[in-house]
Amino acid sequence: MKGNFIDNLPKVYGIYTGGFIAFIVIMAIAEQMGMSKYYIGIGFVSFTVLIYALIGWLSRTAQADAYYVAGRQVPTVFNGMATAADWMSGASFVAMAGGIYFKGYGYMALLVGWTGGYVLVAALLAPYLRKFGCYTVPDFIGTRYGGNAARLLAVIVLTVASFTYVTAQINATGTIASAALDIDFKYAVYVGLVSILLCSMLGGMRGVTWTQVAQYIVLIIAYLIPVFWISNSIDAGFFPHFMLADEVARIGELEQQYGFVKNSAADLATVPKGDGWVLSGITKAHAEVNTTPWKFISLAICMMAGTASLPHVMMRYFTTPSVKAARKSVGWSLFFIFLLYSSAPMLATLSKLSLIDPELATGIIGKSIAEVEALDWYKNWNQAKLMWVSDFNGNGTLELNEFFMGGKAVVLATPEIAGLPYVISGLVAAGGMAAAMSTADGLILAIANALSHDLYYKIIDPKAETAKRLVVARVLLVIIGFAGATVAAMGIKQILGSVIWAFDFAMSGLFFPLVLGVWWKRANKQGAIAGMALGLLSGSAYLIWVETGGAGFLDITEKTFGIVGASVSLVAMVVVSLITQEPDRATQKMVDEVRIPSGKSILGKQH
Amino acid sequence: MSNQEKHWEKSKGLLLITLAIWFVFSIGIFLFGAEMNEVKGPFGYPWTYWFTCQGSLGIFVILIFWFANRQEKIDEEFGFSEREDE
Repeated sequence: MKGNFIDNLPKVYGIYTGGFIAFIVIMAIAEQMGMSKYYIGIGFVSFTVLIYALIGWLSRTAQADAYYVAGRQVPTVFNGMATAADWMSGASFVAMAGGIYFKGYGYMALLVGWTGGYVLVAALLAPYLRKFGCYTVPDFIGTRYGGNAARLLAVIVLTVASFTYVTAQINATGTIASAALDIDFKYAVYVGLVSILLCSMLGGMRGVTWTQVAQYIVLIIAYLIPVFWISNSIDAGFFPHFMLADEVARIGELEQQYGFVKNSAADLATVPKGDGWVLSGITKAHAEVNTTPWKFISLAICMMAGTASLPHVMMRYFTTPSVKAARKSVGWSLFFIFLLYSSAPMLATLSKLSLIDPELATGIIGKSIAEVEALDWYKNWNQAKLMWVSDFNGNGTLELNEFFMGGKAVVLATPEIAGLPYVISGLVAAGGMAAAMSTADGLILAIANALSHDLYYKIIDPKAETAKRLVVARVLLVIIGFAGATVAAMGIKQILGSVIWAFDFAMSGLFFPLVLGVWWKRANKQGAIAGMALGLLSGSAYLIWVETGGAGFLDITEKTFGIVGASVSLVAMVVVSLITQEPDRATQKMVDEVRIPSGKSILGKQH
Repeated sequence: MSNQEKHWEKSKGLLLITLAIWFVFSIGIFLFGAEMNEVKGPFGYPWTYWFTCQGSLGIFVILIFWFANRQEKIDEEFGFSEREDE
């Protein structure tokens, strides 16, 4: 191959995509020839993970700017793909369609929030932070406001938010590895962790960037093929996104017909809980507005502001070659995210209809309980603790309110229910693994980089040589990974609960200090310190209050506590900035420089 | 007003327009979610449902590219766009 790696990117990833599709075809043929499900699952997960590890090894580096910002040469579109993989977590991949399936409109606020936030990223922050030339987000806070206290606080907020998020991701890699490789979850978590570290340890940001692009390709193929295939196989429409209006209306009709019968407490008590069982029944209308405007909007606001404050996303835009490219790259990121997010509601619709419509061959509502319990796929997913039926009213027929399912089943089980070959389920497992790994990598790297660059190099030992800094960075990476895996192995929260908290934590402590750092010249060190500290404290205090049975106020829940944190942060930052001295001349000039794309970056290429 | 101040004034103007459009499609329309959902919208989906599945999401994608192009024009106009070798 002629030319350097960057020039050949389209070719390299083109070959990679072709190779992956060829692998799917080979597995499909192998399945026809009698390969067992067990080996297909192992094949998909280990093949893809080995490729990521190979990319990680090829990207190894000994230079600080390659390790921290991938040498600032990642082209716009590829950075968009990497960001999309960085962004779409195991939760997006495995649990999002399930959330839409069970909670309907109230849950859709997350889709709006997780995309709308990118407008804030593009307009308020990314291009300016790129011009700044920082390695990490606390690097910006520390230099813009000056002083170690501000830098340290930024590191703390970043660590709290990202660590909350990363345990959920390692948990997801563990779940998938445990299912695909058929090993105990407690060990599978560490298998997941080793795969994650293989991508990031040698090459830092450079390794993570090129594996994330590869992971995006796997995850988007794995998500879209089943959606299109199922839509065609149940004759719902050739292009589901534009053609499912009739199906959505049909679900509404069936809901009317069945009614949402409320189960008695005694009946509900018999539904299995704990020990891996997390089941829900269909209790909410599919496409009706089922929540108040404020509840919807407050959740969307938290996700948007959180998106703009989460450091593992922001630092992806430090890797573009220019300010101009950083802006465009945000657009590409959202485009690649849109491909998956706009498909999730379609998958939820197809999955629900194929189960509840008695006119479809796959429909189980209205069938006799004995018949349902004899279905092969029901037996499989019941054993996997994701499906459960019971004859509450004793009439021998399965009613809508007698059918329970785990949220993950929408993505994991629908292909099998719709009669797709098992190779698709293997593909979905590989996609989920890619989604969880890529996000975990981004997060662990964000935390380790902040600790190694901002805490160790900038605060503790400013004279450290590059080689020593990079050793420290890698050691921290491993320590944080193990800490995350250990917490994940304890399995405290459900995947999505803690993911939402991460957004609220990030928003509470970082949103206003970041935005005002660019957009308000008068913002000073004291203000930023007050904003970060009081924002994080008040947000956390509110969360603890609500979680321990507090009533809360203004309908702000444990999912939206960022509204409290960010409001306190804004007021504290403005008031304290105004009653203390304005920033010195040099700082004001620095802000002026940040606002124009041309000229040298504020921080040097190597710092 | 210096060249740089003019550039920043214009950039702020663009920011306000961008944020206004963003506000409408991320917050504004959902004040009327229940009413809007009664009406059939694109491809036959109810309007609110369509916005949450595709509409708002797609509008954000277009909005970011539009913003990026406008901001590039503003940077060029005042001579602040990056040179290739930087």
